[in-house]
Amino acid sequence: MIQYERILIRYGEISTKGKNRHRFIDQLKRNIKQSLSGLSPVHIEAGRDRMHLVLENHSEAEQVLKRIEPIFGIQSFSPVVKTSKDLDEIKSASTVLVAELVDGPTTFKIAARRADKSFPLETNELNREVGSHVMQTVDQLIIEMKKPTIELTVEVREEGVYLSAETIQGAGGMPIGTGNKAVLMLSGGLDSPVAGYYMLKRGVQIEAIHFHSPPYTSVQAKEKVMRLASKLACFSGMVRLHIVPFTAIQQAIHQQVPENYTMTSTRRMMLKIADQIVEKIGARAIITGESLGQVASQTLESMQAINAVTSTPVLRPLIAMDKTDIIEVAKKIDTYDVSILPYEDCCTIFTPTAPKTKPKLEKVAFYESFLDFDTMITEAVEGVEVIDLTPDSVDQKKDDELSHLF
Amino acid sequence: MIYLDNSATTRPYEEVLSSFLTVSQEFFGNPSSLHQLGEKASSLLEKSREQAASILEVDREEILFTSGGTESNNLAIKGIARANRHRGNHIITTAVEHPSVYNAVLQLKDEGFDITILPVDRNGMIDTEYLKNALTQKTILVSIMHVNNEVGTVQPIKEAGAIIKEYSRAFFHVDHIQGFGKVPLNIRQAKIDLLSLSAHKFHGLKGTGLLFIKKGLLLREELAGGDQEAAKRSGTENVAGIVSMAKAMRMTVEQAHRIPALSALRQQLIKTLTSHKKVTLVSPMENGAPHIICVSVPGLRGEVIVQALQKESIYLSTTSACSSKKQTISRTIEAMACPSPTGKGSVRISFSLSTTAKEIEMLMEAWNRTILPLMEVIKSS
Repeated sequence: MIQYERILIRYGEISTKGKNRHRFIDQLKRNIKQSLSGLSPVHIEAGRDRMHLVLENHSEAEQVLKRIEPIFGIQSFSPVVKTSKDLDEIKSASTVLVAELVDGPTTFKIAARRADKSFPLETNELNREVGSHVMQTVDQLIIEMKKPTIELTVEVREEGVYLSAETIQGAGGMPIGTGNKAVLMLSGGLDSPVAGYYMLKRGVQIEAIHFHSPPYTSVQAKEKVMRLASKLACFSGMVRLHIVPFTAIQQAIHQQVPENYTMTSTRRMMLKIADQIVEKIGARAIITGESLGQVASQTLESMQAINAVTSTPVLRPLIAMDKTDIIEVAKKIDTYDVSILPYEDCCTIFTPTAPKTKPKLEKVAFYESFLDFDTMITEAVEGVEVIDLTPDSVDQKKDDELSHLF
Repeated sequence: MIYLDNSATTRPYEEVLSSFLTVSQEFFGNPSSLHQLGEKASSLLEKSREQAASILEVDREEILFTSGGTESNNLAIKGIARANRHRGNHIITTAVEHPSVYNAVLQLKDEGFDITILPVDRNGMIDTEYLKNALTQKTILVSIMHVNNEVGTVQPIKEAGAIIKEYSRAFFHVDHIQGFGKVPLNIRQAKIDLLSLSAHKFHGLKGTGLLFIKKGLLLREELAGGDQEAAKRSGTENVAGIVSMAKAMRMTVEQAHRIPALSALRQQLIKTLTSHKKVTLVSPMENGAPHIICVSVPGLRGEVIVQALQKESIYLSTTSACSSKKQTISRTIEAMACPSPTGKGSVRISFSLSTTAKEIEMLMEAWNRTILPLMEVIKSS
């Protein structure tokens, strides 16, 4: 078993930022530290384009690597082994590192760097010595200078030699928190979690809003949304979920508004409520999972009529995406299996048989003018139930309760 | 009581029974129901699937729950053959398979499939060179058991998998029912496409089993119905049985450290039994599974030995339980081409992971006391 001493992290996109660089790096540092909660502390040395995580407990390397994988703002990362400056030790550690990664014919290259000029071998000699040793001891290696599968880096510094052979793809994007905060309309369907994921990836912190209409919508529907929020928390550590009691408003809409306009009106009320929550928590935008043309509410005419209730930016990261592509991402971020559970949410239950695909703003505003929706909206916002969800908060509860059966 | 018929069935673990009882009493909902009881049952089902998958080191959507080994084997063989007939109609299996494989293949023969039965040597082993030559462009399925249920021969599954995948487009099914927990097998490394398990062979309950099906495989379902188990196996899921199987799997693999001790017991027992010149070993001497010994006493019928030891509260079996009530010589032993009187006199002693040295000692003591005198009167031919 190889004992990794540190992990090298390459930033990717944030290293192109100018004056804000520090803010980005500090946020990434905080996010990494937060994700490692429960493990032994690590020391972080942050540089311009890369940072080193120095592990206190070397046996935790595997867990640390796992937790780093979903963190945004990381282009790639590599586990690093430290050896003394003894050439034989460098050779044998290199062999072990490379051999671990070989499964069938594999392309290989060595890249040595001598930062410590007092080291007797210069870069080329080091490349030759260590490279030829590895080639001789490990089977099935093919030398390849351009884009090899394994690039063994050997870095000689004053305090010792750092070796790494594996480069693991990071999650990309930007550190969460660098892009301020937005609310996500989380329905329970396939699209909204994916929209949330994309915004998280751009560094935006997210609080989710869900509209709950008991008894039309079930406890399971609410739990389903909690599970989705919990899945998104895998990327951000925690997602706060606002559950809005929506029954009264939906009933009022159905009594007051002609059937083909109820959907438009419902969306407008939802957006109004979201807007108030935005204000309350100091967020800057509203995120939805809308994708153009997917359903009646997602035509440009509909969006215009719905969007008219707010001047807060409404971000629609999926607007130009095909359903099949959205499904693919949902599978990747592990929300797919939860999203396809069959519990109805408040949108599907009150769906009119023939909703307007081209609603007129004046008409919908006219229909709504007969009722005091503002009071109902204030009441709904006051009645919001807030739940904080972490990656394992939902499943954990069930696990504890039933684990004795397994 | 000394129970040494563990290849026929095992005694369920206490903890397994307790899970079965709790789930049956408290979480009796139908996993397809939308209410909370149903949801709970469904989450238990999925958690079982996850645990089974992680123990077998495969993905959870590759696990299908069945009613046991026979169903798993039938579904694997007929399901693959019937769904992939357009790719070819040739099937290969071995002469020493369990009847649930062997007879399923014979059914397919009646449906017009071409069948090749691989012969075995005196140790019950197939010849992988023979397998290689038997593979054709038309071969769609090869079914080979991992551990033989009657004599304990361990087939070279990994090597067979490599050959099948290199020389054909056939799918590879492995009956791992006797091997699970006793002889480790890595599904991915051995390039296995389908693998059968039965819970009651590893201290779970009868009526539960599973089939591993590699992702993306086309399989024709056998049962028409409500499309449970990804539409591959209809019928309301036996949640209590499935949960207890997942538990039995975990408890069994946690006992893996007992395997070397079992092998040592086996070697020792073989040595003592065969020190008598009238006893011959049917099982392979080397490389047999650590828990199965088949010996024969020519001239003495197997059931005589079984009855005599039963009086001493020791339970073992004549060859496999499935064929032991038929008076014929076991197909496996016949295929191994043992001298003919050998088959009729064979008995099988099969350990569990908790069989102790003390129990084997008591078996030997009873054997010497009751079986040796019976052997005295055999006429040497």
